[in-house]
Amino acid sequence: MATASHEHNAHHDDHHEHHHEENFISKYIFSQDHKMISKQFLVTAIFMAIVAMMMSVIFRMQLGWPGEKFGFVEALLGDRWGEDGILDKNMYLALVTIHGTIMVFFVLTGGLSGTFSNLLIPFQCGARDMASGFLNMLSYWFFFASSVIMLGSLFLETGPASGGWTIYPPLSALPQAMPGSGAGMTWWLVSMALFVASALLGGLNYIVTVLNLRTKGMKMTRLPLTIWAFFVTAILGVLSFPVLFACVLLLIFDRSMGTSFYLSDINIGGEALDQTGGSPILFQHLFWFLGHPEVYIVLLPALGISSEIISTNSRKPIFGYRAMIGSILAIGFLSFIVWGHHMFVTGMNPFLGAVFVFTTLLIAIPSAVKVFNYITTIWKGNIVYTPAMLFSVGLVSTFITGGVTGIILADSALDINVHDTYFVVAHFHIVMGMSAIFGMFAGVYHWFPRMYGRMMNTKLGFAHFWTTIVCAYGVFFPMHFIGLAGAPRRYYEYTQFPMFDHVADLNVVVSVFAIVGAIAQGIFLFNFFYSVFRGQKAPQNPWKSNTLEWTAPVEHIHGNWPGAIPEVHRWPYDYSKPGKEEDFIPQTVPLEEGEEDH
Amino acid sequence: MIKLLIVIVVVLGVIAIAQLAKVYELTAKLRNAREENISQRENKMNATLLLVFMFALYAFVIWHFIKYGDGGLPDSASLHGQDLDALLNFNWVIIIAVFFLTNTLLFYFAYKYYHRPDRKAYYFPHNNKLELIWTVIPAVVLAVIIIYGLRVWNDVTDEASEDAIVIELYSKQFDWTARYGGMNDLDGLGDTDYNLVSGTNPLGIITKQNIADKYAELDEQVKELEHKIEHEKDIMSDRKLGELTDKLEHLKRHRSRVFDIRERSNNNEYTYADDDILVKGEFHIPKGKEVLFIFRSQDVIHSAYMPHFRAQMNTVPGMTTQFKMVPIISTDSMRIKLDDPSFNYVLLCNKICGAAHFNMQMDIVVDEYEDYKKWLEEQGAPAEEADATTETAKEEESTAGEDKPADELAEN
Repeated sequence: MATASHEHNAHHDDHHEHHHEENFISKYIFSQDHKMISKQFLVTAIFMAIVAMMMSVIFRMQLGWPGEKFGFVEALLGDRWGEDGILDKNMYLALVTIHGTIMVFFVLTGGLSGTFSNLLIPFQCGARDMASGFLNMLSYWFFFASSVIMLGSLFLETGPASGGWTIYPPLSALPQAMPGSGAGMTWWLVSMALFVASALLGGLNYIVTVLNLRTKGMKMTRLPLTIWAFFVTAILGVLSFPVLFACVLLLIFDRSMGTSFYLSDINIGGEALDQTGGSPILFQHLFWFLGHPEVYIVLLPALGISSEIISTNSRKPIFGYRAMIGSILAIGFLSFIVWGHHMFVTGMNPFLGAVFVFTTLLIAIPSAVKVFNYITTIWKGNIVYTPAMLFSVGLVSTFITGGVTGIILADSALDINVHDTYFVVAHFHIVMGMSAIFGMFAGVYHWFPRMYGRMMNTKLGFAHFWTTIVCAYGVFFPMHFIGLAGAPRRYYEYTQFPMFDHVADLNVVVSVFAIVGAIAQGIFLFNFFYSVFRGQKAPQNPWKSNTLEWTAPVEHIHGNWPGAIPEVHRWPYDYSKPGKEEDFIPQTVPLEEGEEDH
Repeated sequence: MIKLLIVIVVVLGVIAIAQLAKVYELTAKLRNAREENISQRENKMNATLLLVFMFALYAFVIWHFIKYGDGGLPDSASLHGQDLDALLNFNWVIIIAVFFLTNTLLFYFAYKYYHRPDRKAYYFPHNNKLELIWTVIPAVVLAVIIIYGLRVWNDVTDEASEDAIVIELYSKQFDWTARYGGMNDLDGLGDTDYNLVSGTNPLGIITKQNIADKYAELDEQVKELEHKIEHEKDIMSDRKLGELTDKLEHLKRHRSRVFDIRERSNNNEYTYADDDILVKGEFHIPKGKEVLFIFRSQDVIHSAYMPHFRAQMNTVPGMTTQFKMVPIISTDSMRIKLDDPSFNYVLLCNKICGAAHFNMQMDIVVDEYEDYKKWLEEQGAPAEEADATTETAKEEESTAGEDKPADELAEN
């Protein structure tokens, strides 16, 4: 292994010396350099996130003040979908659907893994680049094409897909059922097919790079936890995205070729369909076989990022390195056998339901281990509050708060009464949405100097963190109680039911926080784009971190390191080691005589 | 007006960005330091804010529990719901304890151990004993939660008793229909087939009459279409002709399926469907008796959600699902209990099903058993009244949903 990578390096050095000047297109557009591709993913994801966040503002206006007229809704959506400033009912469902799709897939999967796996896997493993730069480039451009198609579907005459981001058939299969299930759903399916291709190309590359291109001395047990998290995430993606692809393909067949995989005995629009013998529940099984690992595809990179940042900024080794790896692996494994908990009330065999209750609640154990390890890492630390560190602490808090309510949802008996209510919306937005996005913010603040060679403004970072965490809890915590009152999700308004009158003011609270929180993201956007051009020049190792990426020159060069790739001699968490003067020892520093590797 | 607003927003946006840029440049100068060097004052400020945030969060959480903790739903109106509520409360105790314990540890340590130049962090890379403790304790707690939860789950999903009252709840975009087996309890609900659904037979119930009617209806449509194609094929565009031919083929296939039902029914009189009772708008269930709901759906997946009874089950086209429960508080008692004379139990749709998903509801009335019997007799007995119900139901249908009524769509 060591010799293999050595040879490879030699080859690369050779290549490096002879490389010719890149032109604009090969450097900035069809780049095969992992650093550029990572920036491309990040900027695309930021753009998609703005779109999806604007959508949530529009439908939160409707939910907070149903029936109220808002000029800007008409200005944004036009007469067709926002006549007189009132959001159209079909458009409401479309916004909810596309908001979910973009946030889950384009921001928190493509954006989070695409950005940080690309940036950090070669840097922190000590590789010149990804195993295949070409596939890596393809991965981004599939992602880009997929994003364009998803956004393009917003401009279709019949509107974009609107059956919820889970697109359950028959609703999504039958254009007669809702306008969004016509052309909009076709575009959605095509977009997702391309997205799956992107995720697979990226994932294979990540796995191969981690396994084969680690520098000399970088044993698997010396990898930073970020890489472990990205590695397991990539495995989850490679195993589960093909199932989504199959699932989507069968739906395309049902929609366009008259097959009946998911359809049976349907009578709609006064017409009895020919399809018979299929099962809508089959779709749900296939969808959630991806859908649940997907939750961890979103979450694990964020947990990896926060592990690294919390350790660095606490100036203390991450507590229980091996237990952290173990829990990442356990979560990864368990995530494949819990999908049925999304389907407790589909009429599934109660015994099967009981099995899923068991496996689902098991996931709480590795999750709890992670939380306690984070807390122990902070304990007796010497914590530097960079914006990245603040977001990481925020992540641990939302991971706890969102995680504990999962106990209720995982319990099939309790799920009966809260299934598909706002309680679920609260739960997954806090545990998966907020935690993952906090991880993403933390990553951006922490590795911005590595990406752009400049620093982001710290003061604005503080302002951004504090408004964001307050608004995050302000938006999603009250939703638990809206859900406990029995209010279903994906309702256009609640005024049809007197029983929901008493939570109407909670909906106003949520909407106000949502709007303020959305505006507050302007601080981040400004800080990000302004710093790209005007930020302070970054020093070599701004956070006094041990990992390899900070040994490479600040200016990006092809091949990452000018000379030989540095050799690794220790694990990445030697912070505040007793008997050492500095409170950090980079991985490249050889062990002294008699000094123990962690 | 809108244009003016847009201009104002743009102007404000530009001002905001300019101000941010100013702040950006000023703070960079003022700090007279590198961005990566977080001063002690900043560390202390953020640490203190984290602690303040923790208390604010706790206040926010506690306020919610006080104001909305019990206001969500009234006491369970079903027997199994009481067990679910007890289970829920048990879980809440654990969840709240864990929430406060872990968040407090997190924020308190985050506050206490902010960076001071004279200190050094404690090098503490691992401790297997601690890891073991916080693996085993959650495992034990979860084991209790799992065992308790599954016991309740097994009770709730247990087989219904033989003498349970069977009621079918049938969903379509965007309303519900309830079907009772009629006064002759023994013969139960009649069989159904989705091919028989029509304006006069909304649930596709199989009776000799319904089969004959549907067959005649389809036969007529086929003939009409054949006639049309025959006479107009020369003046039609190819595309239109293709569409009509496809439609004709489809109708013929439908007709042949109805024919098959008729063939199958030769050995079966299908009489037990004759007294089935269909109701819309509201349906009644008796207090203290076990009710077994059978769910079917006509078009897409819906979900029958009865929050007051802690009951929910998806309705899935192509298959039947079921849920059993025993109502224990009558509508009248609940009205007195809540001091709200207009209170009604509701059945609502809880699976996204289209534009009017948010208003797909039906009232539920829990009666004393005698009143229930009387109500059911009223529904079943006089023929005219039953017709009247269907009539109103139909009217509702055309006004409630925003889409076109089914028949009209079929003609287009």
